[in-house]
This record gives sequence, C-alpha cells and structure tokens, in this order.
Amino acid sequence: MNMMNYPLKDLAHQIRVGAVKAIHAGRSGHPGGALSIADMLAVLYFDVMNVEPGNPNWADRDRFILSKGHACPALYVVLAMRGYFPMEEALKLRKIDGFAEGHPDVRIPGIDAPSGSLGMGLSQGLGMAMGAKHLKKDFRTHVILGDGDMQEGNTWEAIMCAGHKGMDNLVAIYDANKLQGDASVKEQLDMGDVGKKVAEFGWHVINVDGHDIDALKTAFEEAKTTKGKPTFIYADTVKGKGISFMENVLMWHGSVTMTDEQLADSLAALGEV
Amino acid sequence: MALEYWNVGEEVSVRDAFGRVLVDQASEREDWVLLDADVAGGTGAKPLVGSNPDRVMQFGIAEQNMMAASAGVADTGLIPVVSTFAAFGCMRAHEQFRTAVAYAERNVKLCCSHIGVDVGPDGATAQMFEDIATMRAIPNVTVVVPADANEFMQAFKAVLDHDGPVYMRIGRSPTPVVYEANAEFKIGKANRVREGSDVTVIACGVMVARALKAAEMLEAEGISVRVVNLSTIKPIDVDEVVAAARETSGIVTAEDHNIMGGMGSAVAECLAEHHPARVKFIGIKDVFGKSGEHDELPTMFGIDADSVAAACRELAGK
Repeated sequence: MNMMNYPLKDLAHQIRVGAVKAIHAGRSGHPGGALSIADMLAVLYFDVMNVEPGNPNWADRDRFILSKGHACPALYVVLAMRGYFPMEEALKLRKIDGFAEGHPDVRIPGIDAPSGSLGMGLSQGLGMAMGAKHLKKDFRTHVILGDGDMQEGNTWEAIMCAGHKGMDNLVAIYDANKLQGDASVKEQLDMGDVGKKVAEFGWHVINVDGHDIDALKTAFEEAKTTKGKPTFIYADTVKGKGISFMENVLMWHGSVTMTDEQLADSLAALGEV
Repeated sequence: MALEYWNVGEEVSVRDAFGRVLVDQASEREDWVLLDADVAGGTGAKPLVGSNPDRVMQFGIAEQNMMAASAGVADTGLIPVVSTFAAFGCMRAHEQFRTAVAYAERNVKLCCSHIGVDVGPDGATAQMFEDIATMRAIPNVTVVVPADANEFMQAFKAVLDHDGPVYMRIGRSPTPVVYEANAEFKIGKANRVREGSDVTVIACGVMVARALKAAEMLEAEGISVRVVNLSTIKPIDVDEVVAAARETSGIVTAEDHNIMGGMGSAVAECLAEHHPARVKFIGIKDVFGKSGEHDELPTMFGIDADSVAAACRELAGK
C-alpha cells in the first residue's frame, strides 16, 4: 500500500498504533520511547529522507540511525509502512521466527546501523557523514538520540568531533522525553542545558516541539540549508505521547508486557475503536 | 615504486612496516582510509600522514567515537583502517568494536600497536596482554598477529583484500626479520618455519623469532624442534595444529600475551577437540607488566628464547 500521500499526522498515528500492537505481540518492548518518536519518524521517512525501500542498501541513500535502539518497534512499523517489508514482520517483534530483533540489526531491510547499547549511534552517523564527504556524495545522515544517549560519554565525543569538523551533512534529533529507565532524567543525571552545551561544540541548534509536524518539517529544512555546521534538533517530547495513561508515566518506559486489555485500552486511547 | 622489504636477520620494528605498507597501499588502491586518534607517531602510521594526508581521518583522543564512526565509514563502502594503541582500540573501544563493527559485519581493519611486554618502558598501562583473548571471543572477527616486518606487510595486503572485520597486532620493538621478501601470506594458513620431529613450538608475533632461536639452541642438544608461525589465530589452522600433535611428542605455545585466553588457549581448544596432546604454555602468567627495556622484560616475564627452550626440553623428556 502506497502511503506516500497520506497526511503526516495520520502516518504518525499509524506508527503509534503499529508500535503498541508490535509490543503487545512481542510480549515485551518499550512503548514510552517508541511513542515519543512517532512524529519525527513520520516526517523523516515520508517527507525528508531520500530512500528506495526496494533497494535498501542503495549506496547514495540518506541514512537513518535510531541510537535509542529500544524504541525500534516504532521504527520497524514505519519501515513496513514505507514498504521495506510486510507489516507482519514488524508484528513478529522479538520472535524467534522473525527478523524484528529486540534492538535494531543491519540484517533487517532499511536498518542502517545496529543499536541497543546507548551512545554509539551518533558516532556511526558521523562516520557515514565523513564517508560521504570523502567520497564527495550528497546523501545526508540523521540520528535520533534519547536522554540515555545524552548521558553516554561516547555521544559527547561524537558531538565534539562533528562540531570540530563542521559536518553539515549530519543531523541529530534529540528526543527529550525527560524520563529514563528507573526515574526521571532530572533525578538520575541532570544534564542541564543540553542545547547550550551542544551549541558550544559548534552545532547549529534548533528547538522544536517534537510532536508538531510542521515545526519538525521546518527544522529539517533549516538543517538542510545550514552550511559548515552539523544540526542538532532539540525535540521537546512527551514520553508515551498519544496514549493518555502512558504519558509521562515511568512504568511505560519498558520493557513491559502488554496484556490484551492494555492493548485494547491503548488503541482506544489512540482513538482506534 | 615497488614495496621494499627488509633482509632476513635485520632487527626491525613492525610499526616501520605498518607505515611503509600504508604508503605503498595508498598509491596502489583508493578504497581505504586511515582513522587515527592522535597516535600516528606511536603506531607507525606517520609516514602516511606526510605522503597522503587526504587519506587520514583524524579523531583526536576519543577512541570510542573513532571505533563506532569506523562502522559508519565502512557503511559508505570505504575500508577504514583504524589504528591506535591496543589498550585503547581493543579495551576502551571494545564494545564499539563488538556491536557497531563486528555484529554489523563492517569491513573494518583494526591495527593496534603497543602489545605485550614488547612495549618496553611505557609500562603496564600500555602493555596489552588481553587483546588476543578479547578480540577472538567476538564473532565474525579475524585475528592476525604477524611475526615480523616483512610478514606484516604481506598480511596487511591480504587483510585489505579480505571482506570483514579484522584485528591485527603491530609490534613496537626491534624484532628479527624471519621472512624473505614477498613470502606468501594466506589468512587462516599457519606457516611451518622450521621442520622438526621431537617437539613443536606454535608461536605468534615476536615469539616466532625466539622460538627459532630456541630451536637452534636445542638442535645442539639433539632435540629436533618444529616451529609453526600461527599468524592467523582466528580462524585457526586446524590441520597444521593437529599435524603438530600427531607428528611430535608435545606442543609448546609461545606468545607475548596472557596465557589465559590467548593464542595458546586457542591452540589448546583446537587440540582438546581434535587431537588431545601435551601442551606447555609460554606467555605472560596472568600478571600485569612493568617498565623495562624490550630486551630485559622477556626474561623477567619468562617469554625469552631460554624459557621456550626449557619448555621444549621438558616435553622432549631430554
């Protein structure tokens, strides 16, 4: 089914529906952080990125890395919606007879980098961006980072390096949903003004509401026209966005097993009756 | 200009070979880049920085970023040759190598200097005794430890031709050249550098020259020692290891690495499965290193030619 002309808002909604269905089917997974990135994934895959789902390893494609790999149910669903593989595969999340691994694996069509261990995604994206410059290719690389990624030292090494090298073909999108595994970010390891720190390392920083589709589109446009600097889109988001009883509730970080009733409640909360 | 080799018997640091083969391969092929973390002077890569600066990606002192980035560079089709000291490349960036490089089967070549007591005066923090153990435990990874400068250059060319992640050791201290120019190197193929019928020494790296020295000493005593250079530790050459067990009365393994988990362990795993044999392990005995000269430390740590000879005598029962 070609969904390319669907409104992005509807596509984001479909990502949320698919993600909770996959997590329910997989009997474990991380709904909170999957729901917070649904809007940015819709914009990236249906508006921003130049990809060919029929040729997932096309050398000149735009790259995407989900550094917060635990949110992959949303990514598998958007890849299925974009036509990389049938939706049934996304719904075989974490199953022994499927390929939708518990965390992203490059053997899955459309997955450009492994993740699941936080803090490595931005470096891998930086490497792709450096390879592109070396080979004089124009593809762009996008990396979604979570709060946990921002606490890993490896991410800051990549921020320092990308800023130093002025990698304007690299975009980081920070899904700042403010909750992490066991408590709030403020309680566990408050990082202060992340945007200010990243800007000091030579990045162009854009602040957006991470659930405002138009604001996200504008931010990616601005990133594309920004020269000599990598772009950091600081996306203020709500963990569990779209399912009222999950929003800003820590237990839905995951990894949770969703009962049939919880799935029904989730779909109802999303307006799917 | 043709690649120049050294003469057998010359004492040459393997890192000189690294620099030489990098410059040579930069003119031979366009498909690789060097990733450095501000230690090109130490690893031996410096000549490339002078000859082909456009082929060097500099990361500063941030090895985790360099290693994970190498996976991304490989995704674009380039072959990243990642080079730093083993303590940083193998240990600090171990998880980046495991997850970003090896799990994704990225075509990354990790070439690390500062291994074993071969490091000398820098002392324990730089003397890496754990790299062979930790790198060979990662799936999809080939582990290569060349014996001398000439073999390193041959091995490096084969490694560039090989598709998949590889870890290579680069020695620092002057090491006797054992191989002639242009000797054939095949990944996965052990090399019998001396025939013998009583005992076999299976060695890698700097220990190959010491094993040959021990074999000469023992010849005078009437003990015939075979020496096998196991320069590819993974995948291991099962046939050559089993042949040694079948045809000689015991095996001495010799490496400048902890005896726990290293080349000797790989040999023992192979023998236990295919042809149980008597084995004596020459290596670092599960201790940290210390400062000293490269020609003093092997004796202190029991990995000099005399130590190899003593182990051979025990197995030969003579």
